[in-house]
Amino acid sequence: MKTILVGLKRVVDYSVRVRVRPDGTGVDTGGVKMGINPFDEIALEEALRLREAGLADSVVVASVGPKAAEQQLRTGLAMGADRAILVDTEQSLAPRAIARVLLALVERESADLVLLGKQSIDGDNNQTGQMLAALWNRPQATFASKIELVDGCARVTREVDAGLETLEVDLPAVVTTDLRLNEPRFVKLPDIMKAKRKPLDILSLDELAPGLAGGPTPDAYAPPPVRSRGVMVDDVPALLGALRERGVI
Amino acid sequence: MARVLVIAEHDGATLNPSTAKCVTCATALPDAQVDVVVFAVDGQALGGQAAAIQGVDAVKVAEHPANEHALAAVLAPQVAALAGDYTHVLAPSTTYGKDLLPRVAALLDVDQLSDIMELLGERQFRRPVYAGNAIVTVTAPGEETVVATVRTASFAAAPGGGEARVESVTLDVDLPTHTRFVGLESSASDRPDLQTASRVVSGGRALGSAENFDVLYGLADTLGAAVGASRAAVDAGYVANDLQVGQTGKIIAPDLYIAAGISGAIQHLTGIKDAGTIVAINKDPDAPIFEIADIGLVADLFEAVPALREALQG
Repeated sequence: MKTILVGLKRVVDYSVRVRVRPDGTGVDTGGVKMGINPFDEIALEEALRLREAGLADSVVVASVGPKAAEQQLRTGLAMGADRAILVDTEQSLAPRAIARVLLALVERESADLVLLGKQSIDGDNNQTGQMLAALWNRPQATFASKIELVDGCARVTREVDAGLETLEVDLPAVVTTDLRLNEPRFVKLPDIMKAKRKPLDILSLDELAPGLAGGPTPDAYAPPPVRSRGVMVDDVPALLGALRERGVI
Repeated sequence: MARVLVIAEHDGATLNPSTAKCVTCATALPDAQVDVVVFAVDGQALGGQAAAIQGVDAVKVAEHPANEHALAAVLAPQVAALAGDYTHVLAPSTTYGKDLLPRVAALLDVDQLSDIMELLGERQFRRPVYAGNAIVTVTAPGEETVVATVRTASFAAAPGGGEARVESVTLDVDLPTHTRFVGLESSASDRPDLQTASRVVSGGRALGSAENFDVLYGLADTLGAAVGASRAAVDAGYVANDLQVGQTGKIIAPDLYIAAGISGAIQHLTGIKDAGTIVAINKDPDAPIFEIADIGLVADLFEAVPALREALQG
């Protein structure tokens, strides 16, 4: 195949414990470490491996977001992507709107395979890939833990509640990645230097996908109910006593 | 008035308990009329199971050979064809519902809400974001159909004993052939199902090997509990992926959760926040799991877990 398109979302780093702003308007993202959504990083790693195995010609990474997302795209280029596209917007877009933008990119790039993270670790929606597949009228294989390309098809093993399900889908298709698909490579310093010279296009959202709807309105944010620290017991008999006292055994 | 369509989840023979939890969520909508749809090859028996869930008005059974396996690309156009009669379309936030419902929403040209945990009105809901570190209140836009997955750990299953009517529906839609089921490798065991068990014994990286998980299986069998695991234990290959509890695994709400050798990453804790009693057994007194445990024991799990089992048997 020629082109694999990979979505990279800029999110609060997974190691940051986010806090809700006191006025409930959102979570505090000022000054916190940002990074590539971990599932998207796995998607990129898989695309690179497919290219390195001679199964794809080029890997294009794309992000829909603020100028600052250039940073994550540069990291994607340093990992080994050939080109990057930033669809520039300060708007916070719902998955359906993102799927529309990605569809426009799929058409622009004539992508044969789209690899996306199964969810982003900020919104935790788990929707974008499925929506893109529907809008594109193509197959989807979500929560992938293994991808094999054979005879114009992708054979994808999926992590589902019942175990591991394998699907065969015709290409082009959308595949969303789960945690155990691969372990993304570390970026080396010379690659970071090289990435600075790789092409990064900036497209206007209004030109690429005009008239996007706003999506569900976030009315307010609140911290989750806290579970308070309980009792510490010294040994197993005391543990058993505490369990009996609570009536759970 | 809310007219709600709940999409049933099943394995071909038995309705998944997540369906009855979705019905509880659906009946909490103001003045709700709740229908359940079953997609299957031969769905009469499953339709009967759905009809027994209290609060259900009617069960629609959509039979088609293509419905043998739950393929989102095949089911979504069928759901979309039915959705016109409803104000709300709900499915459980299991891998089945998460795979299917966004595809339905996109076909209907509407947004989707994920993991709703509380209803504030006909179109206003609360849902977790950032691995449960924040809860957002959201309103579905405009007048469009509300399409949402339901966080099953937040709702009790509706009781049985209902007698809804069951009707067959024929849907005139083109079904794609571009997606084909190849196989399912299931680690199903005789133990209770992790997602619905009232007791769960879970292990983490500290177990050290697949063989060492036997110590947890022993305790689980004594308690009649399901077995779960942290991401670290699954990544290390000690247990299968379907035992993972947490943000990207299963979100569960058992009455009793025993975490052995689990440090308690945020991503794991988000999967157990609704548990009744959380017990933590860990060698490290500073493990974050102790911050949310109801009962904590600083001990070597390889000594404490067998001792607990013995004490329970005694």
